[in-house]
Amino acid sequence: MTEPVLSVRDLRVEFATRRGILKAIDGISFDIAEGEVLGVVGESGAGKSVTGSAVIGLIEPPGRIAGGEIRLAGERIDNLSPQAMRHIRGKRIGMIFQDPLTSLNPLYRVGDQLTETIRTHLDLSPRQARERAIELLAEVGIPAPEKRIDGYPHEFSGGMRQRVVIALALCAEPDLVIADEPTTALDVSVQAQIIALIKRLCAERGTAVMLVTHDMGVIAETADRVAVMYAGRIAEIGPVADVVKHPLHPYARGLMGAIPSLETDADRLVQIPGAMPRLSAIPPGCAFNPRCDRTFARCRLDRPEPIVPAAPADAGHRVACHLYDSAEAEALP
Amino acid sequence: MIAFIIRRLIQSIGVLLAVALIAFTMFRFVGDPVNQMVGVETSAAEREQIRKSLGLDDPVVVQFGRYVAKAASLDFGISYQFRQPVTKLLAERMPATLELALVSSAFALAVGIAMGVYTALRRNGWLAQVFQAVSLVGVSLPTFLTGILLIYVFSVLLGWLPSFGRGDVVAVGSWWTTGLLTWTGLRALILPAITLGLFQMTLIMRLVRAEMLEVLRTDYIKFARARGLSQRAIHFGHALKNTLVPVITIAGLQLGSVIAFAIITETVFQWPGMGILFLQAVQNVDIPIMAAYLLFIAFLFVVINLVVDLLYAAVDPRLKSTVTAS
Amino acid sequence: MPFTTGEKAESPAEAASAPAPAEGAPGLVARLKDNDLVASFLASKMTMVAAVVTVVLVAAALFAPWIAPTDPFDPAKVDLLDSHLPPRWVEGGEARFLLGTDDQGRDLFSAVLYGLRVSLLIGALGVAFAAAIGITLGLVAGYVGGRVDAVIMRIADVQLTFPAILIALLVDGVVHALLKGASREDTAFGVLVLSIGLSFWVQYARTIRGSTLVEKNKDYIQAARLVGLSPVLIMMRHVLPNVVGPVLVILTINLGLAVITEATLSFLGVGLPPTQPSLGTLIRIGQQFLFSGEWWIVAFPGVTLAGLVLAVNLLGDWLRDALNPKLR
Repeated sequence: MTEPVLSVRDLRVEFATRRGILKAIDGISFDIAEGEVLGVVGESGAGKSVTGSAVIGLIEPPGRIAGGEIRLAGERIDNLSPQAMRHIRGKRIGMIFQDPLTSLNPLYRVGDQLTETIRTHLDLSPRQARERAIELLAEVGIPAPEKRIDGYPHEFSGGMRQRVVIALALCAEPDLVIADEPTTALDVSVQAQIIALIKRLCAERGTAVMLVTHDMGVIAETADRVAVMYAGRIAEIGPVADVVKHPLHPYARGLMGAIPSLETDADRLVQIPGAMPRLSAIPPGCAFNPRCDRTFARCRLDRPEPIVPAAPADAGHRVACHLYDSAEAEALP
Repeated sequence: MIAFIIRRLIQSIGVLLAVALIAFTMFRFVGDPVNQMVGVETSAAEREQIRKSLGLDDPVVVQFGRYVAKAASLDFGISYQFRQPVTKLLAERMPATLELALVSSAFALAVGIAMGVYTALRRNGWLAQVFQAVSLVGVSLPTFLTGILLIYVFSVLLGWLPSFGRGDVVAVGSWWTTGLLTWTGLRALILPAITLGLFQMTLIMRLVRAEMLEVLRTDYIKFARARGLSQRAIHFGHALKNTLVPVITIAGLQLGSVIAFAIITETVFQWPGMGILFLQAVQNVDIPIMAAYLLFIAFLFVVINLVVDLLYAAVDPRLKSTVTAS
Repeated sequence: MPFTTGEKAESPAEAASAPAPAEGAPGLVARLKDNDLVASFLASKMTMVAAVVTVVLVAAALFAPWIAPTDPFDPAKVDLLDSHLPPRWVEGGEARFLLGTDDQGRDLFSAVLYGLRVSLLIGALGVAFAAAIGITLGLVAGYVGGRVDAVIMRIADVQLTFPAILIALLVDGVVHALLKGASREDTAFGVLVLSIGLSFWVQYARTIRGSTLVEKNKDYIQAARLVGLSPVLIMMRHVLPNVVGPVLVILTINLGLAVITEATLSFLGVGLPPTQPSLGTLIRIGQQFLFSGEWWIVAFPGVTLAGLVLAVNLLGDWLRDALNPKLR
C-alpha cells in the first residue's frame, strides 16, 4: 500500500483560556490517500475547521497542538520550524477559506496576489508568473482572464472571487487541498459549480482534498470518504456510501436523518435533541451520551475508541461507539 | 467623481459660513468695535461718525455679508492691540507655526508608525511593553509639561539645545521666512517639534497598533499565511498597507489640531508663531485676531478634509469605484 | 474551594444538557471572579495601581484643608523670608516645608494639595456641565428629530472642527470680554467650568442621540406616547435611563482631558490667577524658576498633575475596554 498523502494520528489541540484548558481536538486519527476527497462533517464547534488549521500549521495562540502526529507523504510536519512550515503552506498544502469576500486583500489586484504567491513557491520571472496566473484564472473558469487579472477583488462577484481563491490555493500544485466550508458563504446557485470545480481540478492533478463542511449533501456528492466529528472527536469514518446510507453511530444516524430527500417523507426529518456540549463541559465517557437515545452504563464511563464494526464491514469503516463492540453487542438484549 | 467633489465643496463652504457667522458675531457684538478703536477723549459725534463709516448702522445681514466678502479677500480688520491689519500680523507669524506643525507631524508620523507596527508585531516583547508605557505617559502628559521637562533636561541640565525662540531665519520669497536653512534655526526647532509631536505620535502609535492587530486577524491575512507568503510580505506588504490607509486619514485630519495645539508649545518655547499671537489676543480681548484665527483654523480643517477625502479615494480602489458610481 | 459547592452535586449529564443555569449558585467571591469587569480589573496590575493612585489623590484633594500643614493662601501665615526653600531632604531645606517653598514663601506641599483640589473640582464640574449639556441636547435631537436634530448636530459637527483647547480659549476670551467690569479673580472659576463644559459636550450629545434614535422606536416608548405622556416626561423617565450607560465611560475619559484643559488654560495665563492657583497655575509660576535651578517649584505640581491624569486615563481605558469594546 502506498503512503497516504496525509496521515493524522491521535491529534490533540488545546486552547488555554481564563477558565481552563479547552480540548478543541481530542485525539483524532485519519488518512487521506492521493486523489481522495475526505469530507469532514459535524456541527459548528465540533473541531472541523480547527483540524484543518492544525494540518496547515495555522493554529494561533492561545491554541496549540498538544499531542499526536501529522504526516504529509510520510514526513512529519507538526513539529517543523515556522520557516520550514511556511514552505509547505501554499506549496504542498493549499487552503480554501469559507468567505471569498474577506479572504482576498481588498487593496491588492487579483493578479498581484496570484503572482506574489506563485513567485514565493516557484522559481519564475514576474512575466512567467503572470502568464501562469492568467492560465490558472482561465482554468478556474474566469472569463477574459488576461483582463480580469488587473482587477481588484471588489470588482468580482462572490462566486468569481471563490474561483480566484481556488486558483490561489492551487497555484503551486499542492499535494493536498484543505477546503474549509468553501461554499457556505456563496449563493446556492453557484455552490454546486464551485464544488464541481474543486473536485475536477483536484481529480485532474491527483490532489488529495480535505473538504470541511456541514452540508451533508455536498459530502454525499463529492467525497470518497467521510469523517463525522463530534465535540473534537471522530464519531465515525468510512466510505461515503457506507456512512451516508448505513450510518452506525447514533450521532451519524441523527445527522443523516436530518437530510431532506425526495424519497423520504418531509414530516419524518429527524432532529437530534439537545445541543453539543461546550468544550469546557464535555461529559466523561462518550461525548454524545447525554443526547443519545441508546445510552447505557458504559457510555458514561469509558470513552469509546474507533473500532471496526462487526457488520456491515468495509475495510476503512470505523465507528467510536460501544454499541458495536462485539462484547457489548452480545450483552445487549 | 466630480459630483462627489462638488458635494464636498458645498459642505465645506457651509462649515466655513457657520464659522464665519460665529466669528462675525464675536466681532460685532462682543465689545463695541468703536470703543476699541478710539480714545477716551473722542466725542460722541465723532464716535457716531466712525460708526457710520464702519457701516455698523446697516442691517445685521448686510454687515455679515460685508464681513464674509472682506474675509474672502483676506481682510479681517485692524487689531485692537497692535493697530495693524490682522492679515499682516497673521501672515508674519504663519511660517513659524506652519514649519513647526509640519516638522512635528512628520516626526509624529514616522516614529508613531514605526513604534505602532513594532508593538503590534512583537506584542509581548519587552521593548513593545516599554513603547506601550511611553505611549500611555505621552497621552496623559499635558503638552506644556512635556515642554518644560524637555527644557529642563536638554537646555538647563545638559545645555545642548536652546529653550526659546526660532533661531536665525532666512527669507524665502517675499513673505515666507524659514528656520530650516540655518543651524541655529534647526537646533531651535528640535525641542518644540518633539513637544508638539509627542501627543500625536502616541496617538498614531496606538492607532497603528490597534489597526494592525485588527488587520492581522482578518481572513485575508490568514489566507496569505495559508499560501505560505513570507512573514515580511505579510506584515510589511499586506498588513501594513491596509493599516496605513485609515491611519494616514486620521493623521491628516489631525494636522489642523496640531496647529491649534501649537498655541501651547509656542507659549512654552516663546516660538514667534500665530499661536502666541492668538493667546495674546485672548488675554487682551483682541476680537479681530481671535475671529481671524478661528476662520483660519476652520479653513485649514476644511481644506485638509477635502484633500484627505480625495487621497483616500485615490488609495482605496473600493472607494474609487463606489464614488464614481454614485 | 469553599465557594464552589454547587457544582459537584450535579451529574455531568445535567451540566452538559443545560449549560448556563445549571451551574448552581457559587459564592459571591467566585461570582465576582467570573465577572468580566472584575476579572479584567484583577488581571491588570496597572489598573489596580491606577485605582489606588486615583483614590489617594481624590482623598487628598477632598481633605486638603485637614492634611495641609498650612493654608498657603492666608497672607498672614506666609513669610517672604521663607521663599525659595528647597524640599526638606535637599541641603538647605527646612523641616517645616516638606516639599520646599515657592517664590512667595508658601509651603509647596500645601499649595499642591490645594491646587489639586481646585483642579479636580473644576475638572469634575466642567465634565458634569458638559455631560448635562450634551445629554440634554442629544436627547432632544434624537427624540424630537427633524429640523431640531439637524441644527443641533450641525453645530456639533462644526464644533468638532476645532480642538477642545481652542474652544475653551475662545469661550474664555469672549466671556471675559462680556464681563469686562468684573475682575479675573472673581470670574475665573466659573468661566473655566463654562469653557470646559462648552468644549466637551459634543461626544455626549452624539452618543446619547444615537442610542435615543434606537430606543425611541421601541414598543414601550410607543406605548408611553399612546398613553399620552408628555414628551419631556417620556424623555426623562423612559428614554434617559436606557441610554445613559455609555456616558459613564465618556465621563471618566473626559475627566482626564478636562483636568488637562484646565491646567493648560491656567498655564497659558487665562485660567486661575496666582491668588487661587490650580496645578496649572503653580506650574506656570514654577516654570520661571527652572533656569535658576529651583526645580521643585514646578516639579511637584507637575508630577501630581501627570500622575492624576495618567491614573484617571488608565481607569477610563479599562472601563471602556471592559464595558464596551465597540466604543474604541
